[in-house]
Amino acid sequence: MSAEGTASPRLFDCRDAFTGALEAVAEQDARIVIVVNDSIGSSKLSGFRKRWPERTINVGIAEQNMVGVSSGLANGGKIPFVSAASCFLTGRALEQIKVDVAYSKANVKLVGQSPGVGYGELGPTHHSIEDFAWLRVLPNLAVVSPADPWETAEAVKAAALRDGPVFLRISRFGVPLLPRRADAAFAIGKAETLREGGDVAIIANGVLVARALAAAEALAEKGVGARVVNMASIAPLDVEAIRAAADLGAIVTVEEHSTRGGLGGAVAELVAGYRPCPVRIVGFPEFMPTGGVEFLFETYGLTAAGIARAAEEAIALRRKP
Amino acid sequence: MTTLASGQTSPERVAIVAKIRNKARAIRMHALNMVYAARLGHPGGDLSVADILATLYFGVLRVDPKAPRDPSRDRLILSKGHASGALYATLAEAGFIPVERLSTYMKPNSPLNGHPNRNYVPGVEANTGPLGHGLPIAVGVAIAGQIDQADYRVFVVTGDGELQEGSNWEAAMAAGHRKLANLALIIDRNTLQQGARVAETNDVEPLADKFRAFGWEVVDADGHDPSALIDALTRRDGRAKPLCVIAHTIKGKGVSYMEDQVGWHHGVPTKVQLDQAMQELSLT
Repeated sequence: MSAEGTASPRLFDCRDAFTGALEAVAEQDARIVIVVNDSIGSSKLSGFRKRWPERTINVGIAEQNMVGVSSGLANGGKIPFVSAASCFLTGRALEQIKVDVAYSKANVKLVGQSPGVGYGELGPTHHSIEDFAWLRVLPNLAVVSPADPWETAEAVKAAALRDGPVFLRISRFGVPLLPRRADAAFAIGKAETLREGGDVAIIANGVLVARALAAAEALAEKGVGARVVNMASIAPLDVEAIRAAADLGAIVTVEEHSTRGGLGGAVAELVAGYRPCPVRIVGFPEFMPTGGVEFLFETYGLTAAGIARAAEEAIALRRKP
Repeated sequence: MTTLASGQTSPERVAIVAKIRNKARAIRMHALNMVYAARLGHPGGDLSVADILATLYFGVLRVDPKAPRDPSRDRLILSKGHASGALYATLAEAGFIPVERLSTYMKPNSPLNGHPNRNYVPGVEANTGPLGHGLPIAVGVAIAGQIDQADYRVFVVTGDGELQEGSNWEAAMAAGHRKLANLALIIDRNTLQQGARVAETNDVEPLADKFRAFGWEVVDADGHDPSALIDALTRRDGRAKPLCVIAHTIKGKGVSYMEDQVGWHHGVPTKVQLDQAMQELSLT
């Protein structure tokens, strides 16, 4: 995929940035522990376990207990990072996330690994395209989907410092380092404008931000100005950034998630109560057929071309002044 | 049942047991008054767990109502959160909240929600209500204590019907595997659940064998006998396992028309019934 028109950029697995940043904060703060469901390897946490075996809690294949135990660890003064495949962490333990973590305001960090369609051919049982929808309705819980290694590392640091529950969505899908100003700063709840444009706003998060930028490049060649907003936090939302997008009169949202209830839903809810405008939601509409990540992205238009097409559709629907 | 330990006849023990019995009576009276005023609640479970909570707070736990989040405190997690009436009454008697606040139980904006919230009520350790949550949380606190080599103990009270929830067995397995000797589970074994007898619904027996198979030490005790509960909960004898106390109780204990009646899982007494209950409890 990606970065059409330029030489292939180097791609990164954000799990490396996750583990690097986690070890860095764990060096500074002995309260940090990890909790896993036999997911050391898939979370790339063998380095952490080697350094701090006593701070590595593997509860086995038992997600309800894993999240409950983490709430208890927080009660005991620890800062647990719970790292497990997002599909099992969020689906199997949803009531524990609601009650033991969010409602309790427990200082627990949930790390959903290989979310979206990261497990590709393994199929819909292992896809996690519902997690935004399930989690963003829970008060007190920050929901963050970093887009590249820099943002992943910043999000891990921010999560460790935040006194309260956070969900981090960490992908294994290769992504380029996004172009940023040297003084770029990350904050939970704050969106980041990566490119300016006056005709349409493309609001994306996670591994698809790079494709949103590529779509904006393609649109620019046709004379269409697309603003690209990286909205890593879908809870809390950056209300100002979404209102500014609505002021352009046309919005596209892009996420590695169901088209129902995720980033698109969050944006549409807010826009509906502000200045209603077309919001085209790019994502996955159904349980998907067998196929790898790239096949699924292509099939459902989660590509630069697909995003650009959605942008043109949103512009065409825009109310004429 | 446990045998009488010699410590049970010491003057100190006699005094502690007398105090626990007084507190348990007060807790029962508070809980019934709260349910009556709120027109809502779970009186059967409040009454079955009252002696267990009274024994813990006035005979076992090292907690300080002036420092409810002291890191070195013992923890009590009431997993059967629907017995919130009994828990709030206990916390009031122990000085964590004013006794007058009990009259706000489940009233608009009261901190005393139908199910306990640790951020509203000092002394509440975990937000419970949906069953099967307390034991995993207690296991987590116990692991934190193990990592820190802290000497606090973690106590969790579940119902018996509650053990039908699978999350308990995930946690039981983890506690046995980790040899969490700082963890004690007390099962309020009143043999009734909301709709029928546990044995008729989805039997949890053989309960002791199940926990032993999961690596726990198991003790049976009369859940209405403070001295037996103290003995069961404070026995250390070199144990390197989590402790499960099967506390045999009677749902609705202390009020004749509620005892062992499934209909009083939730149920609100009339004024006449309330007066009768107070009369009967005053004689205990």
